[in-house]
Amino acid sequence: MATVADDHHDHHDHHPTGLIRWITTTNHKDIGTLYLLFSFAMFLVGGAMAMVIRAELFQPGLQIVDPHFFNQMTTVHALVMVFGAVMPGMVGFANWMIPIMIGAPDMALPRLNNWSFWILPFAATLLLSSFLTAGGGPAAGWTLYAPLTIQGGMGVDLTIFAVHMLGISSVLGAINVIVTIFNMRAPGMDFMKMPLFVWTWLITAFLLIAVMPVFAGAVTMLLTDRHFGTAFFNPAGGGDPVLFQHIFWFFGHPEVYIMILPAFGIISAIIPTFSRKPLFGYTSMVLAVAGIAFLSFIVWAHHMFTVGMPLIGEVYFMYATMLIAVPTGVKVFNWVATMWRGSLTFETPMLFAIGVVVLFTIGGLSGLMLGITPADFQYHDTYFVVAHFHYVLFSGSVMAMMGGVYYWLPKWTGHMYDEKLGKLHFWLTTIFFNITFFPQHFLGLAGMPRRIPDYALQFTEFNVISSLGAFGLGVSQLLMAYIVYKCVKGGEKATDEVWDNPEGLEWTLPSPAPYHTFETPPVIK
Amino acid sequence: MVRLNKAFTVSLSALIPLAVATPVFAEWGLNLPTPVTPIGEGILTLHNWILLICTIIFVGVFGVMFYSLYAHRKSKGHKPSQFSHSTFAEITWTVIPTLILIGMAIPSTAMLIKMEDTSEADLTVKITGYQWKWRYDYLDSGVQFYSNLSTDRNEILNKNEKGENYLLEVDNQVVLPIGKKIRFLITANDVIHSWWVPQLAVKKDAIPGFINEVWTKINEPGIYRGQCTELCGREHGFMPVVVKAVSVEEFDAWVAENAPAEEQAEETQSGVSGGQTLVAVSAISTEDGADDPAPAIR
Repeated sequence: MATVADDHHDHHDHHPTGLIRWITTTNHKDIGTLYLLFSFAMFLVGGAMAMVIRAELFQPGLQIVDPHFFNQMTTVHALVMVFGAVMPGMVGFANWMIPIMIGAPDMALPRLNNWSFWILPFAATLLLSSFLTAGGGPAAGWTLYAPLTIQGGMGVDLTIFAVHMLGISSVLGAINVIVTIFNMRAPGMDFMKMPLFVWTWLITAFLLIAVMPVFAGAVTMLLTDRHFGTAFFNPAGGGDPVLFQHIFWFFGHPEVYIMILPAFGIISAIIPTFSRKPLFGYTSMVLAVAGIAFLSFIVWAHHMFTVGMPLIGEVYFMYATMLIAVPTGVKVFNWVATMWRGSLTFETPMLFAIGVVVLFTIGGLSGLMLGITPADFQYHDTYFVVAHFHYVLFSGSVMAMMGGVYYWLPKWTGHMYDEKLGKLHFWLTTIFFNITFFPQHFLGLAGMPRRIPDYALQFTEFNVISSLGAFGLGVSQLLMAYIVYKCVKGGEKATDEVWDNPEGLEWTLPSPAPYHTFETPPVIK
Repeated sequence: MVRLNKAFTVSLSALIPLAVATPVFAEWGLNLPTPVTPIGEGILTLHNWILLICTIIFVGVFGVMFYSLYAHRKSKGHKPSQFSHSTFAEITWTVIPTLILIGMAIPSTAMLIKMEDTSEADLTVKITGYQWKWRYDYLDSGVQFYSNLSTDRNEILNKNEKGENYLLEVDNQVVLPIGKKIRFLITANDVIHSWWVPQLAVKKDAIPGFINEVWTKINEPGIYRGQCTELCGREHGFMPVVVKAVSVEEFDAWVAENAPAEEQAEETQSGVSGGQTLVAVSAISTEDGADDPAPAIR
């Protein structure tokens, strides 16, 4: 598809060294690295909170933490994972790969890029510092439902400001992605020649710009309800608590696709490489992503069927939700068709990709079940939902990012990672993930509500299993830190192509990718 | 340990997709609990069918994929074909799922219409969520009481052995007649709660400033336990719902015993319809409840 006209990158890199390099950098690769490191750090922080949750739920009765602190853990675990780990992680991939994939020298707005990253550590500090305030961190769930959030302490205010900052960072990042893709493509890189990862990020960026301001508005209204005498959501002043849920989920549903669409892009890059076959149905993949993005705006109320909507509303949101299964199914079928009659090998990235396709589909099917309104009344706010969204978020987004790291790590570092350890990481992650979350389907169906620190005795066995799995899952992730560290430090020299004849401009560059790439645009045939 | 092993074996067997919803597994808590209402039965059937269809799709799609992983490996010397389009296949796997979805949507819609029909109820009970207890007002007879968790704090703190109905027991149970259409009016006084009894298949949010409607008709007598399912603060995990379904005669006797005197009833009736909550609350007793007066209204 493409060749590089000029492979010389022999001028010197002018940049400061040490800490100042990282603070002042406007280089998309440096910023990508920062995003990914930040994401992994947050992944460990959020993971530690999950360990507290699972330790408390290991046995019935209250053992380790107070119920109020437990609620803070479930709330901040989710906020950290969503806004600290998954979203920045995906932006990290975007920064590293989009300019390289479209043959651009950098992102279109490099200084903005620096700023959008450096907002994040401060936002995360603000969020986590809420634990130090009287009343502790936010404890009303990551959905921040009013009027419960109106009751919270100062930790809720810090969370609101943190959300504002995280939102600004995301919107700036999204603007950068859109401007880069629209203006910086190498000559000949038509829209319908772009790698699917670029497509998924382009659409994700539009979703971000559309919904992050909505969320910012919702939390601002919450803030004025809390402190400035308004009553948007406070029924004591004539406000409407359900309005908050509508606004929140108008943001919240596109948000889940913001987290999964770039993951689809990563999977669509990995599977063809290790199948030695072009991606099946490129055009329908692009259309499916666009279709999913469109539908994401018109299905939000399926998160809140139990609030008591009119019948016609319930019927509409059920039908619209079920419709999402069609484009999502197309994607899964296309991935399977890409593997079909290929020449398959199972390096670590491919294992992760296959794991994602299978496990994400479990989450997709349970999502379809949740969309069936009458049945949702039984599933809603139980562990069935917890199992569902961990199957789409962990074994969808997070495992796709892990696969992506192993896939591009040789290109980033110039070294091969330890394949044996990589495979071990995959199997530990997959097995422990399923031990943790599969039993939660049963817990939910049997009647265990989510967000409770203690439970009836009939739920004991599956909670024990789930907690044991969670501890294994948590510890296994330290292995990834070691594998990446080892790969950065040294290892077998990676070739430029790294894999067996993979498609994409990134493989035409030397490994490691030089600090500045494609200063002369490549020629796309 | 024995219980743990059993649960583990059961969870493994549940991974076998065809272990869908057989009654044998119900007592192990793998599926929705046995319903005792017509709506609950309908939902269970719907759930089982959807789960079965999803399982078949899953097995079918990934059967193909795993066959490919086995047969089309490079290590077996499989040469990659280079196809990347098939209009026929793409149309097929768009149209067939759409048809399956339509097949699911029709019974779901019918079910939903039934669930939302709260008309012609024989009896109305108003349920109010508080942090962290439930209050019940029988609007037809004036019976009213609060229902609090009755599990001993020492059981929660692991100082005493936990009882059979740990966390799912209350001082005052909601007594309801079987075979009657009961309408619930659900609201809350502070934050959002959600009233759920799995075996009745009734779950509705209790929202301050809103009154939600839902109905049930219980087939058989028994005690049915549930919990608040919307995070409502510190004690969210500690506000259970216990319904005691009895025959109509027993119910009438219970009402007669617990209804306030005539004048008081009128007063409370008007109090309730007038939206005031500051009414006298009569102490009542049920079988596993004490004769404690209900807590004062805050």
